Formats: sequence, C-alpha cells, structure tokens
Amino acid sequence: MTVSRSIPGNGRAFRVFTTDPRSLAILYLLLALVSVILGTLLSLAMRIHRIWPAFSFPLFGVPTPEQYLALVTMHGTLMVFFVLTVVPQSAFPNLVLPAQIGAERMALPRLNAAAFWISLASFLVLIAAFCVPQGAPISGWTSYPPLSAFPVAGPGQGTGMDLWLVSIAVFCIAAIASSASFLATILFRRTQGMSFTRLPLTVWSWIASSGLTITAFVVLFAAAIMLLGDRHFGTSFFLPAGEVINGIQQRAGSGSPMLWLHLFWFFGHPEVYISILPGMGLASSILANFTRRPVPAYSMMVAATLLIGVLGLGVWGHHIFVSGMNPYAGTAFGLTTMAIAVPSSAEVLTWLAMLFRGGRMRLDTPMLYTLGFISFFIAGGLTGPILAQPALDSYLHNTFFVIAHFHLVMAMAGVFSIFAGIYYWYPLLTGRRMNEFLGKLHFWISIIAAYGTFFPMHYAGLAGEPRHYAQLAGPVESFASLIPVERGITWSALTLATAQFIFLFNVFWSIRRGLPAGENTWHATTLEWSPETHPINGCGPYEYGPQAQSETDFHPQWLAASSKVSASGEPGTTPAAERE
Amino acid sequence: MHWLPPNGALHGIALDHLLRSNLTIVFWLFIAAQMVLLAAMFLRRRPQQNASANRRHSPRFILFAEVLPLVAIVCLYGWMIVTSHKLWAARRESAVAQRAVEVEATGIQFQWYFRYPGSDGIYGTLRPQLVSAPTGNPLGLDPQDPHSADDVVSSILMLPAGRPVDLRLRSQDVIHGFFIPGMRLKQDTIPGMPGHIAFTPEMIGDYPILCSQVCGLGHARMQARLRVVSPADYDRWLAGREHALANVEAAQ
Repeated sequence: MTVSRSIPGNGRAFRVFTTDPRSLAILYLLLALVSVILGTLLSLAMRIHRIWPAFSFPLFGVPTPEQYLALVTMHGTLMVFFVLTVVPQSAFPNLVLPAQIGAERMALPRLNAAAFWISLASFLVLIAAFCVPQGAPISGWTSYPPLSAFPVAGPGQGTGMDLWLVSIAVFCIAAIASSASFLATILFRRTQGMSFTRLPLTVWSWIASSGLTITAFVVLFAAAIMLLGDRHFGTSFFLPAGEVINGIQQRAGSGSPMLWLHLFWFFGHPEVYISILPGMGLASSILANFTRRPVPAYSMMVAATLLIGVLGLGVWGHHIFVSGMNPYAGTAFGLTTMAIAVPSSAEVLTWLAMLFRGGRMRLDTPMLYTLGFISFFIAGGLTGPILAQPALDSYLHNTFFVIAHFHLVMAMAGVFSIFAGIYYWYPLLTGRRMNEFLGKLHFWISIIAAYGTFFPMHYAGLAGEPRHYAQLAGPVESFASLIPVERGITWSALTLATAQFIFLFNVFWSIRRGLPAGENTWHATTLEWSPETHPINGCGPYEYGPQAQSETDFHPQWLAASSKVSASGEPGTTPAAERE
Repeated sequence: MHWLPPNGALHGIALDHLLRSNLTIVFWLFIAAQMVLLAAMFLRRRPQQNASANRRHSPRFILFAEVLPLVAIVCLYGWMIVTSHKLWAARRESAVAQRAVEVEATGIQFQWYFRYPGSDGIYGTLRPQLVSAPTGNPLGLDPQDPHSADDVVSSILMLPAGRPVDLRLRSQDVIHGFFIPGMRLKQDTIPGMPGHIAFTPEMIGDYPILCSQVCGLGHARMQARLRVVSPADYDRWLAGREHALANVEAAQ
C-alpha cells in the first residue's frame, strides 16, 4: 500500500509495511493520535462525572464507581505508554534520529519496524480490556497487588486485568526493540565527521532515554510476567500469607506486595525521564535555533542529560515513602531525589539564560510551544523537591497535589514538547508549514486552559483530597467546599480538549494548504534539514552567529568548517578563524 | 495555613510550618521563572551594537546566569532536605514512647476496624480462617488465645488527647492507605506486612479517616472517623466497650 505523495525529507513514498523510519514515524504518530483522543475522552468523562454525578453519558449511562476506576486505569495507561512514550521515544527518533546523525538508515531496521507492529498489538490487547465481561481493570496504572492479583478483588480484575498485563508485557518488548535499534544506530551509523561532541542534544537525550528504556522496561516486563504467574501458574511472588478477600480465604503465598511496588517504580520513575528527556533535548535545540545563539555550556548540558539518566535509576523509592518501608530508606531516596533535581535545574537555568540573552528571538509556533514546555516543566518541577521530602510527602502522597505535579511536569510539559516537535518538523513530512495563526491560537488557549485545569489541583491536594475518588461526597463531608474548584477544573479541561480541534484541523488542512516550507524552513543547523540525504558533518550542532542577532548568519552541520552561510543559504567564503 | 484542614496533631505544627515555608519559596521561584519567560516573549530588545562579540556566551555570563543561581538552588535543596529530615527523624527514626496508647487499624474492603489490646496490653492472635464478619468476628480473632479475651474492636477510632499513640497498621485483603488529613498522617497498610506509625493527637475533635490507596470499587467510600476526647472520656469509653469475643462466643 502506497500513498501517492512522497515524503519530501527522504524522497520516498509513505508506505505502511516498510522499514523506512519516516513512514514508521507517521504510523507511530497515528497510533498516538488515536490513543490521545481516547485517553482525553476518558479523562473528560471522569471530570464530568465528578461534578455532575447524575449525568448520563449517551450510549453508556451513569458511570458506576468501578467504571470510574476503569476510566482512571485506562486513561493513565493509554497516556503514559501510548502517548508519552510512543511519541518522544518512538515516533520522533524514527522521524529525525537517522537524519540528525547523517545515517543512511537505521541499524537493525527490521527490528525497528517490528517494534511498531508489536506496539500496535499491545494497543489492541489493551483496548480489548474494555470489551470483556466486567470491563477494564480498576487498580490504576500502577496495578498494585493483591488487588491486581486476585480476580475476586474487584470487577475488571479478571480477564480485564489479564489483558492489561499482557498488553504491558508486549509493549515492553516493543519499547526495548526500538530503543536497541536507536542505540545501535547512534553508535554505528553516524556519518563521517559526526563525533560525539557534535551530536545535537536531542540525540544525547535519546542515548539517555533509550538506555533507560532498556533498563527499566526489562524490569517491568519481568514484573508483569511474575504477576501473570501469580494469577495463573501458582507462583506467589506478590502474594502474602493469610490473604482474606470478602470474607473468603485466598491461596496463601509467601511473597509480598512490596516486591511489586519496588519493581513497578524501578520502571515507573525512569519512565518519567524516558518521556521528558527527548523534550528537554528538543527544547535546547529549538531555543538555539530561534534565539540564533549557540547552546551555552554544551558539555554541561550533555553531562546533565546523562546524569539525569543515571540518577533516574536510583530515585524510585520516593513513590513509596508511605508504604511503610524503612524510614532510613525514605531518607536515602529523598536525598537521591534532591540530587536529580540539580541537573534538571541546571538545564532549566541554561534555557532561562538563553532566553535572557535572546534579543530578537523569533516567536514562531515551535518556539512558543517550547516556551510553554519550559513554563510547565518549571511549574511542575518546582513541586518535585517538596514531594521529595518524606516528611511532607506523608501528607501530600496520593492527593491531588501529586496529580497537579505530574500532570504539569510530565503530561503538559510532555505534550507541549510533542506539539513543539510536530510544528517544528512538520515541513520534513509535508514540505509545508502548519498555519501560524491557527498554531498561535491553539497555543494560547491550550496553555491558559492547561494551567486552569492543573494549577487548582494543588489547592485540592493541600486540602487533603485523595486521588481515585469517583465522588467528593460521602460519609465525610470535608471536601464539599472544593466543589467550586472542581467545577472550574472541569470547565478548563473541557476548554483544553476543545482547543485541540484547532490543532487537528491545522495538521490536516496544512498538508495541502500550508505555506510551502522551502529548504531548511527554520534556518536550522542540524542535519535533518540538510538538502542532501547523506551529508558529511562539518561542525558542531549549534553554530549560530557570528552576528548572533542576525537571521542570516549560521553554520549548518552539513557544510564544511571553512564555509559560511549567507542569506540565500549558499556557502560563503569566510575562513574559520574569522568566525571565532 | 487555612488551605489545609485544621491540624490536631503534635507534629502537625512543625509539618505545617515546613510545608508553608516550602510552598512560599517555590511559589516565588515559580513567579520569577515565569517572569523571565514572559519578559523574553514580550520585551524583545533591539540588537546590540557590538553583536559580533557576543556569539559565544562569555564565561562571565555563564557564571552569573547559570553557575551562581545553580549554587543558590543547590543550597536551597540542601536546606529543604536537612530541615525536613529533622522532622522525619523525630517522627520515624525514634522509638515509640513507653506509655503510648496501643491501637491497631485493619483495612478491609471497604472499611476500617480498630482494635485495642485491652488491659493485658497484648493483642490476641488473628487467624485468617476464623474471619467471619456475619458472626461478629471480622478480624478472625482466635478465642483459644487468652490474650484475645479482653481485645476491643471498634469501627470508630477513639483516642485520648495529649498521649502518644502507637498505631499498628494491617490489611486483610489489598493495599489500603490509612490517611487522617487532620492528623497529617498517612501510611499504607500492606497485607502480610504489619506496619507501625506513631503520633500524638492534641486537639479534641472529630477527624475524617480516608483511604488513600485505590483498593477496589468502594475505595471512595472507605471512610471512618477519629474522635479525640479527653483522657477521662477515653477511659470511660474503653471501659464501657464490650469485648470483641463476647458476641462471637455467644453465637457459637
């Protein structure tokens, strides 16, 4: 199956069954689009049910408490795996990674292509959980046993839970396969002259996030298989002794649910960095591109990226401060978590410094979304050091304060960097730019509505409101005063979701109607914008200047070190010495 | 802080103070950073005269714009971890007071049960095979164990004001989260792994008890009540409670 249009970036036609990375990127983006639409609808259903509990959904009715929890589970799973992992860690690397290092093709191309089809299979298995008797699982995306170990523990914990576990295990295989392919490509397929000190920061991010993917998803895969074993094959990794559910004694085990908590979060925390590190690399590149200045302290940025990757493997315990684990472990994980805040802060300060000296930066849509990404990354990141303190977390854990934290720092920052990437690289796929006016409208509505949705959740969390509650009312009336806040959150969420129609329209309308993008649309320096397919690399990734404020002076990586670009994009003749 | 529910616990005063100072610092850092973003967007400066000299960011610029702020932030993180560790260590890394009131909370889908060890100060043995809510033995208390006889089981958590409490946490089925917002207290109950948490209720009053870890379809309604009363009222209440096994034995 072929589509008549070729993809301008590599001159090849879009194909469905292919090893061509640009085509795979489109397939991944379509998978993520379906997932994000579904995940958003699920979250809107939750928001609506919370403030209008009697509202009957068309073709569905009023959600029961277990259906509300199924919405929570599936929303989290779809968004974390099929949006925030698939786009930054599968779609974007396929889109530009080989091009950015001048690779002719991916190393392990068939493995890389298979990863997409395995991801799709995982997605279909997950969606099937909606369609089985009792529906989708209700134990949240973290699926703590014994709730997830015994089908009698709740509706959806039977076949629905099995499908969830199989889906996750299959997804792990896909994530590991594609990451292995990316790492091999970066190690062995760099073009002549592309030394490690000349890699764009996006590529460094993919080195870190692919390393994390391989390390973390292996553990999640093992945990999922072990839990399936507990459910069906008589093992008891996670089953405690003396288990009684609903008055009925269950199979006694000799394991502990604590093991799942550690294994799951050993995956779960690196997962956050897997989905945000590529966005951080992209932010650095776009800031350099649109402020027309090099990234200051490039080697420090590389070190910070790698440090986040390494430290990211040692902070999982801050998710389980209140699990009753040894208080000294709480102290230790608090320290490692504060430690990882340092390289993250260093990256943020670098971005702010670039903006501070930005001068006449251009505010095209990719830049706007990058600024939005930074804004959310700071807003959500700053509550990180608060939650890193076991003493404070013992009040805030599993309240809406935590929901506000991770939706700002992971979900909103993640989605805004996805938008930045799509607006930025759109010309590579279509030869056209997305409409700027619609892009800016989409940006301003989205950022205001996103803050309106997630910022008030801090307040609800400080008031003590726990997560996963279908209803605010109950025997305990203490949250009645939060209902006006909840109402505002729901209206903001509805606005935020509605604004995405502008984006969808823009994406499809601009395929044929967008302004022709020309070669090197943004006057960028990195190799994905090279007019040749297999360029030889001549210099570092962010050689903007010497008249840093001027739009015309930059040195793309595909030009030899001795030449310079003039306004037309043609090589000039200034010797290298003069540039310094 | 008026955003938080009224605090009734001894350690809550220090915790609220720490939380307030953390939130204040973080809020102003948030405002400052967003101001830099907005200024960069809207106050776009003219190109500098001597632009060619500025191609590279000078070491001076990197020192003042990056290194010094980073050092300041590292100091801030250091202060945060040290101050909060003092609070954590005082609460969690020290032994429970000798004269503490002993209570055990058990999470069962979807309610909380509270057990007092009685005058002997020792909890009776629990056996999973004896669990039977319809016959009045929801915890599976073993009638053969002499320590069981004076155990008291309640669906309300009654505590005397001003005395330290050693709360034992356990779950019969799935992981629950024992959460008393007014006591600034939260810890999971892990089946098979009983835990402990110590605190001192100071203010007389009623406090909601919630479940903070998703535990099944009734998670949102898994609520109970803590009633903090004067020590005299507490003693009177405890003395007036029927022993947990009284009804069980009558039924047998």
